[in-house]
Amino acid sequence: MAQTSPKVAVVDYGAGNLRSVAKALERSGLRAEVAGDAAGMAAADAVVLPGVGAFADAMQSLQAKGLDDAVRRGIESGRPYLGLCLGLQLLFDASEEHGENAGFGLLPGRVQRFPERAADESALRVPHIGWNEVCFEGSHPMLEGLPERDVYYFVHSFHPVPADPAQRVGATEYGGRTFCSAAASGSAFAVQFHPEKSQSSGRRLLDAFARWIDAC
Amino acid sequence: MLLKRIIPCLDVDQGRVVKGVQYIDHVDAGDPVEVARMYDEQEADEITFLDITASHERRRIILDVVARTAETVFMPLCVGGGVRGLQDIRDLLNAGADKVSIMTAAVQNPELVEEAALKIGSANLVVAIDARRIDDREDYRVRAGERPTENDPDAIFEVYTHGGRKPTGIDAVAWAQRMARAGAGEILLTSMDRDGTKSGYDLEMVRGVSDAVSIPVIASGGGGTPESLAAALDDGPEGGHAQAALAASIFHFKEQTVGSVKARLRALGIPVRAPRTPVEGPEAVG
Repeated sequence: MAQTSPKVAVVDYGAGNLRSVAKALERSGLRAEVAGDAAGMAAADAVVLPGVGAFADAMQSLQAKGLDDAVRRGIESGRPYLGLCLGLQLLFDASEEHGENAGFGLLPGRVQRFPERAADESALRVPHIGWNEVCFEGSHPMLEGLPERDVYYFVHSFHPVPADPAQRVGATEYGGRTFCSAAASGSAFAVQFHPEKSQSSGRRLLDAFARWIDAC
Repeated sequence: MLLKRIIPCLDVDQGRVVKGVQYIDHVDAGDPVEVARMYDEQEADEITFLDITASHERRRIILDVVARTAETVFMPLCVGGGVRGLQDIRDLLNAGADKVSIMTAAVQNPELVEEAALKIGSANLVVAIDARRIDDREDYRVRAGERPTENDPDAIFEVYTHGGRKPTGIDAVAWAQRMARAGAGEILLTSMDRDGTKSGYDLEMVRGVSDAVSIPVIASGGGGTPESLAAALDDGPEGGHAQAALAASIFHFKEQTVGSVKARLRALGIPVRAPRTPVEGPEAVG
C-alpha cells in the first residue's frame, strides 16, 4: 500500500450531487476530490465519471468546461478510469437518447433504449429500476477478487451495445435478453449500475477499484 | 433477473420520524438519518421519506435531512411530500435524493411531469397516486365531468389528494397511464382505504394499474405481513403484479426486520435479494 491513499477525481460537470459517490470511494480507503476543471483531474491518480441526467446534456456540460479532453487524456494516459451509469454510456461512439448524440468514441458501439417488448412479447417495463445480477466475464484488473456474479442497483432506460464483444465484461438479463452492464478497454472500466447505491456489493466493487489503483 | 424490491417508508415531520421505531436501543429512533442507517444495515432495497411538515420552514428542514441521509447511507433514497415545482425537484436531487415523488402538483398541473421528465429525466421521477374505491358512483360522475381527459364512467378507483381527503374525479388507472406517457419513471400507488390498516394491499387496484402501464409500480397501503407483501409482488393471476412493495408499520413496531421479511418472501417464491446473512430475527435489532 502507498503511504497516502490514492487520490481520485470525481468529475463534476454540474449535474447533481456527487457526495454519495465521494463517500462511497472514501469508504473503500480512497481520497475523493470533486473536480470541476482539467487541473483537478490532472492531479489525481484515478478518475471517476459519475452519471446523472441525459446523455447530450452531460456531453455538452463536459465540453463547455473543457473536461471532455481531460477525461480523454486521462484514459489515454493509462490512469484507472471508472465510469458509472452515464459514465459508461459516454465512452461509446453515440447514443440515441433524444436524437443522435456523439460520445467520447473510446469504445466502438452505440447506446440504445431498451425495446418496448420483452423476448416473450410481453410489455417490458422501462426504466429498468432495481437490483439485478451482473455476471462478470473476460479479464480485466478490476475483476481481480470480485465474485463472478453480484447483485447491484440499476436505474436507467438506455444501455450500450459494444461493437466489439470482447469489450463487454459484465452482462445482465432483463426481459429475457442480456445487455452489457459493464464494459472495459485498457485503463477504462465502466458499469451501468450504481455501486455507490449498492450497499455491500457496491463496496466490493469499489474495493476492487482501490486495489486496481494501488497495483498501477 | 430483475428482483422485486422491499422499501421501508418513514413519515417525517419537521425533521423527525413521526410514528413507530421506539424499539431501537442504540440509535435515536426519531432521527430519520439514524433510522435510514439502520435500514441500510439491514440492506433494505431503497428507502422513502414522506415529508409531512406543514411549517413554512419545511424546505430547509427536509433538505437538511436529505443531505445528512445521503452522506450516511449507501442505498437509493426517494423523497416525496409537498413537492410543488421543478425547483423543488432540483433542490431535493441536489441535496442527495435519488428520486423525487410528486403527487398533488401533478394533479393540479400534469404538464409539470412532462417538463420534469424532459429536463431532469424520467429515471428520477416518481408519480405518487393516492386512490380509493368508488362507493358513490353518482357523486363520482359529477366530479369526473370536471376532468374529461381522465375519467371513465366504469372506473373502480378514484384519485385523491390531501392525504386521502379530497376526491378529484380522476380514474386511477387512466391517470397512471397518462403519467407514464408524460414521462414518469415509476408509479407509487397507495390505497387510502388500506393505508395504516395492515389488512393487506388492495390487490385489484395494484394489479389494475400495474397491468395498464409499462413502467415499474410500487404498491403501498395495507402491507402488514410478509404474506401481504408477497401477494402484492406476485406475478400470478391473483397477485398484485407490482415491482416493489412499500411498507411502514411492519418494520416500525418490532415485528420484522428487512432480513426476516426477505427470508419469508424467498420461501414464498418471490424473487428478492438474499437477506444479509445471518438472517436477523426481530429480537436481534433491539
